Amino acid sequence: MNIHAIKAIYFFEMARTFRTLLQSIISPVISTALYFIVFGSAIGSRMVAIEGVSYGAFIVPGLIMLTVLMQSVTNASFGIYFPKFIGTIYEPLSAPVSYFEIVVGYVGAAATKSFVIGLIILATSFLFVPVQIAHPFWMLGFLLLTCLSFSLLGFIIGIWARNFEQLNLVPSLIITPLVFLGGSFYSISMLPPFWQTATLFNPIVYLVSGFRWSFFDTADVAVSYSLAAIFVFSVLCVSVISWIFKTGYRLKN
Amino acid sequence: MDPIISVTALDKTYRSGQRALKGVSLEIRSGEILALLGPNGAGKTTLISMICGLTSPSSGQITVGGYDIVTDYRAARSLIGLVPQEVALEPFEKVLNTVKFSRGLFGHPPDAAYVEQILRQLSLWDKRNTPIKELSGGMKRRVLIAKALSHQPKILFLDEPTAGVDVELRKDMWDVVGKLKASGVTIVLTTHYIEEAEAIADRVGVIADGDILLVEDKDKLMAQMGIKELYIELQKPIKAIPPALASYDLWLAEDGGRLTYVYDTKAERTGITGLLTDLSAAGLALRDLQTSQSSLEDIFVDLVKD
Ligand SMILES: Nc1ncnc2c1ncn2[C@@H]1O[C@H](COP(=O)(O)OP(=O)(O)O)[C@@H](O)[C@H]1O
Ligand SMILES: [Mg+2]
Repeated sequence: MNIHAIKAIYFFEMARTFRTLLQSIISPVISTALYFIVFGSAIGSRMVAIEGVSYGAFIVPGLIMLTVLMQSVTNASFGIYFPKFIGTIYEPLSAPVSYFEIVVGYVGAAATKSFVIGLIILATSFLFVPVQIAHPFWMLGFLLLTCLSFSLLGFIIGIWARNFEQLNLVPSLIITPLVFLGGSFYSISMLPPFWQTATLFNPIVYLVSGFRWSFFDTADVAVSYSLAAIFVFSVLCVSVISWIFKTGYRLKN
Repeated sequence: MDPIISVTALDKTYRSGQRALKGVSLEIRSGEILALLGPNGAGKTTLISMICGLTSPSSGQITVGGYDIVTDYRAARSLIGLVPQEVALEPFEKVLNTVKFSRGLFGHPPDAAYVEQILRQLSLWDKRNTPIKELSGGMKRRVLIAKALSHQPKILFLDEPTAGVDVELRKDMWDVVGKLKASGVTIVLTTHYIEEAEAIADRVGVIADGDILLVEDKDKLMAQMGIKELYIELQKPIKAIPPALASYDLWLAEDGGRLTYVYDTKAERTGITGLLTDLSAAGLALRDLQTSQSSLEDIFVDLVKD
């Protein structure tokens, strides 16, 4: 195991984050703060409580998920796309590092960044709505697993993308709709029966549900399903990545 | 002695259908400076990229330091430092950090003293905290070299290191190359400047159109093709070569003022003494004499022509 290489990639990527610290953190925090003000305080005060939780508090886990998913995908995809774009990828590709080490470095850095942003948003939410956390340990666990698995997805997108348009395509065309339809702002049980079933094919439902459970102890689907979903999703991403490195897909001529 | 790099029947066809290498075999000796000489598009970069693991061969085998580059890629790659043809650097990062990054990537613990030594040697120490994007083109190339040397490689690849580079950097670079060679590092450089190969290489490999045409000790190559020409400037032009000189391989310039004599430096007798005696016997007065040796350039042009 080339530990020095993992550290080198990880800290090089984190340095990029620190160089752009303000943009990295300010913009997600501001946009979520706006959600809290509009949906949480303004509209939320006129909504009935869902499953005993005030609407303002109810949407907190969903909002954190929304940001964390987007951040994970964009950070990780940009993190590997940029070296490809400017050509510096030649160095990790010709270094004595395994693909596992490359992935740990890049995905680890992207996941760290979105994890920290998730925590900052959580802290921000306390300013606007009263939030309780029933299972703090599980809450952190779900957050971390989400950051990791979607950073893996982002890594794949970054390797696949040939240009900046493609890089933005997946987050805006797939992730955003799935998050909005994934029960971030409502409980699945509020949907008509058909859509309740259809929505079970949306992987993000399981994430939001599990994450919300860690806050309020109520869930749309069983927690074990949520964990299984994250696990299956991660395994899928890892398999795709190992295929990418075996074949050199979009990395080698 | 075993070669430090051994390339066997290496073939590469790009997805575009372009066949860039046609069954190339090559052995690179430990500690030598090998110049791969060839025109643009000959396949030099392709060959280096495959040795470094950046491009997958279509067929063939490569070992570096005895290690197969696929099955033993860690051991093989640890030995190699690569200075690529195109400048590719993270623009917002500082010089020192990117060099440290390279060292870590190749599995070495930090060594501030060594990194400082490299940066000083390449006149980069004063710029260590400058973001790369603020550096000139020549400085960026120095950074690439520093990165390649950061992990103390046994083999250094320099892909067209002097293309578009100022005199000062060229001098510094050959300085560094000389020191590396003295410490036992094997150096492989590609170039299409013949003078460069002539000036610093121990051996020269000529590559054109995906084929290695020859690999030869530079001195031997020069000697083999050691044809020399003697130019004889005459005081008075003549119309034709006097019959008394017919036995010599002589050639008269159009204006009649100069004779060119072609001879082989390795031959037992060059015939120069005889020629000079016979010239004065024929009543020709000499103004000046000059000799020239065929350069690698001539050899190269000869090889690539056919
Ligand atoms: N990525 C690539 N895809 C397709 N063809 C390529 C690629 N890289 C190089 N080639 C072609 O392969 C041949 C050899 O190129 P290269 O190895 O770069 O030559 P050199 O370095 O000697 O100038 C050229 O004809 C070039 O156009
Ligand atoms: Mg080239």
